[in-house]
Amino acid sequence: MSDAGAPPRDAAAVAPAVAPADYLLRLADDRLVLGHRLSEWCGHAPILEEDIALANIALDLIGQATALLELAGAREGRGRSADDLAYFRDARDYRNLQLCELPNGDFAVTIVRQFLFDAYDHALLQALQGSADAELAGIAAKAFKECRYHRRHSAEWVVKLGDGTAESHARAQAALDELWRFTGEPFLADEVDRALAAAGVAPDPASLRDDWLRQVTEVVEAATLRLPDDRAVARGGRQGLHTEHLGHMLAEMQSVARAHPGAQW
Amino acid sequence: MVTAGGTRTRPDAAELWEVLRGVMDPEVPVLSVVDLGIVRDVRVDDEGVTVTVTPTYSGCPAVQVIERDILAALAAHDVPDARIRTVYSPPWTSDWLSDEAKARLRAYGIAPPDPAPGDDELVPLRRRSEVLACPFCGSTETELRSEFGSTACKSIAYCRSCAQPFEAFKAI
Repeated sequence: MSDAGAPPRDAAAVAPAVAPADYLLRLADDRLVLGHRLSEWCGHAPILEEDIALANIALDLIGQATALLELAGAREGRGRSADDLAYFRDARDYRNLQLCELPNGDFAVTIVRQFLFDAYDHALLQALQGSADAELAGIAAKAFKECRYHRRHSAEWVVKLGDGTAESHARAQAALDELWRFTGEPFLADEVDRALAAAGVAPDPASLRDDWLRQVTEVVEAATLRLPDDRAVARGGRQGLHTEHLGHMLAEMQSVARAHPGAQW
Repeated sequence: MVTAGGTRTRPDAAELWEVLRGVMDPEVPVLSVVDLGIVRDVRVDDEGVTVTVTPTYSGCPAVQVIERDILAALAAHDVPDARIRTVYSPPWTSDWLSDEAKARLRAYGIAPPDPAPGDDELVPLRRRSEVLACPFCGSTETELRSEFGSTACKSIAYCRSCAQPFEAFKAI
């Protein structure tokens, strides 16, 4: 790129740096799938305030997913709307982290899963606000404000459960132990990530791990819990490889839209 | 808008802002979409009228109703073909509410937002909690019961002085 007068050899190097649909679907699907999981608590949470809180967080996450899916649909250029992408893709085409699709379990599993995600999301959105992709940066800046109070909520509950009764402590620790193997995947980079990191569009996922671990360690210690020492091994969600749970969840989530395509009310 | 027949004149943006000041938020009906800072811009040009809006919260279920209400209010003022454009940047903040709008919230029974907070402490016991004034009796002997309330923009609080639960507008 040093000879100023020469035509650009690599068109991608001079094209506007924006995130492709493939990357936006990763961001969107994390939120859509986790938001749907949280919505399953509606009417079932242990106390009324939590029922309302989890429904509110679900709403925020699904709202963020909608904005990202709309942008993904526009960038993809095949005329697919946010609804098309949410309701008419199969599990193999979903790009979310496996952490986000795991069943709710007991309240401790839901809360610990949420905190592990919120801490990752906090680091991710903070970085994405500075993206060279102005539209993505705008959505990230908005989502970051919401992530802050999501993280306040989940961190508070991890401490309440961990530093609570013997029963709540045991359940919170069991949740952390069970979920730990899913916490490596957010920080794995593939070619898509590496290209976007080089273009200043998105952070290299690996660069977010220190911040995430610092947050998790601080809260886990305050909660009198212990960090598992197992290795985090689960992976594949970003490439469409999922646990058996996602298909079941989507079957329910997508059933009305697929039974009555194009229905409106 | 100027048409070939000259039957319609181009609307004045200032007048349209005035119309929008009469469009109230469906969930907090004492505040208009202008008070809330949802309306970011009103543009009148050869393309017609474009109203730029930004959502308060990503998942606010009132967004579609608000857009419909804006279009209906403009249609009633001889602008039948206005368009809505949604932007996410700059992100909405409760700091956009004027003091006058905050006073109306308080009179309606909702504690108005403090300035949006800065960095968060992760561990709850180390957090400095904001002091909310009860919108009914003014006491600051209050506690935040939950950051999440009946709508995305409100929290649930309780006043120990007048033993009254109340809603507080979230500061973000």
